[in-house]
Amino acid sequence: MVATSDIVIEVRDLDFYYGDIKALRGVSLDIKINQVTALIGPSGCGKSTFLRLLNRMNDLIPGTRVEGRVMFEGKNLYDEDVNPVDIRRRIGMVFQKPNPFPKSIFNNVAYGPRLNGIKDKKKLDELVFQSLKQAAIWEEVKNSLDKSALSLSGGQQQRLCIARALAMAPEVLLMDEPTSALDPIATSRIEELVEVLKKDYTVVIVTHNMQQAARVSDDTAFFYMGEMVEMGNTERIFTKPEKQQTEHYITGRFG
Amino acid sequence: MIAATSKRYRLITELVAFWIIRLSAGLVVLTLGGIVLFLLYRGAGAVNWAFLTESPTDAMTRGGIFPAIIGTLYLTIGSSLIALPLGVASAIYLSEYAGDGWTLRLIRLGIQNLAGVPSVVFGLYGLALFVVFFGFGVSILAGSLTLGFLVLPTIIGASEEAIRQVPATFREASLALGATKFQTICRVVLPSATPGVITGSILGVGRAAGETAPIMFTAATFYTRHMPSSPFDQVMALPYHIYVLATSGTHIDQTRPLQYGTVLVLISLVLGINIFAIIIRTRMRRKKTW
Repeated sequence: MVATSDIVIEVRDLDFYYGDIKALRGVSLDIKINQVTALIGPSGCGKSTFLRLLNRMNDLIPGTRVEGRVMFEGKNLYDEDVNPVDIRRRIGMVFQKPNPFPKSIFNNVAYGPRLNGIKDKKKLDELVFQSLKQAAIWEEVKNSLDKSALSLSGGQQQRLCIARALAMAPEVLLMDEPTSALDPIATSRIEELVEVLKKDYTVVIVTHNMQQAARVSDDTAFFYMGEMVEMGNTERIFTKPEKQQTEHYITGRFG
Repeated sequence: MIAATSKRYRLITELVAFWIIRLSAGLVVLTLGGIVLFLLYRGAGAVNWAFLTESPTDAMTRGGIFPAIIGTLYLTIGSSLIALPLGVASAIYLSEYAGDGWTLRLIRLGIQNLAGVPSVVFGLYGLALFVVFFGFGVSILAGSLTLGFLVLPTIIGASEEAIRQVPATFREASLALGATKFQTICRVVLPSATPGVITGSILGVGRAAGETAPIMFTAATFYTRHMPSSPFDQVMALPYHIYVLATSGTHIDQTRPLQYGTVLVLISLVLGINIFAIIIRTRMRRKKTW
């Protein structure tokens, strides 16, 4: 039994529509603080859609509709008086494909703080340093902060994107299949990083890769056909799943 | 046997088609080359340092075309200053804000039609609106406004295209960091689109530099020795000067070399502007890696 205060995001009866298509049906789950929560399931099951609902990124897609509640620190993110811009500053996101800006490494990381109006060079230097350090990429780029971010390798770019998100000091970090475009070595570096990040952040990670979910997460939620089938402690989900669908998926019978 | 014949037939068709296409492309280059060579032949003799730096003298039968060069330069710069901000702003609105609906379609239709309006109509419109109604008189300002509107569709088109080519992932990354739409446009979209916007605009402005009809009633004067001192002054301009030399001279024999010389200067200017745009584009493309 977890105390309520350990829960950062509480999702209740969430439905989501792309036009007339119902992509999520009645999803309810809790995201716990300083833990890594993995969302797994076959392609098209709604896990990425769900993730993007947690920082209102789906607002950007025309013709979509949300029903239900996403409670973040006692406030429903979909209340009318909530500004999605504020939410995205507090709940950061890392995407499937590394997407650094065509700017220097420094300016990529400083992008967020500058949005917050920070102009002081010393402060920016410090924030960039801290963020790159936290994202475990400082040593590799410390001598080339002025170089274009696009000159980095894919794995480095993804860690830079993580640093960029961390520079906003978000409370929650959403990761949408962050390693699917990376080679195994770059992948393992990101996974190690996730492990470390949960000390300071709450991480929600969508992954296609069940081994990855098993390796990095504390809790796992299994999505299938727009529904959240089962959620629980990762070890339990992978050893003693309660639902047959979950078992079929993790044993590789489909997906 | 039949197979062999049809194969042979296919080969010949292929060859003929290929050569027709190739010749068509060659013809375009040949035309441009022909024009330039002809102008060099007829006009090069007239162009020298004095021709470029002095005013016309003796009822324009001698002397240079300096005031016309300066006038065209002012008009070109003036029309860019007007059309660039307006065009880029419209392009941002169309590609980022307008969504999809009948207003957007109406605006697009308007822009497309604006591009099809003959330049002499722009000239008359400029005369009625800027020269007379706003009381700017025949002036650099009125001419720049008229030319600015003439190139507006080109600039909007080029800018919109450049903005659309900015990958959606850049926008997404910026928005996910909590940037507003406007911040995203200013800090990510526009900087990435700049090379395309600049190149397209320069090409549009290059065309405006050579236009006669729009400035005829709005900015250009037959002859002046004075350099313009304010936007409300009228100026000589290269295209209009050519028109004047070709139609109003009384000493055709004496003015003809000057006329070809002026044409040569004008076409060098326009080609120069275009080449400049192409160089910028190539350099920026090389830097772009997404």
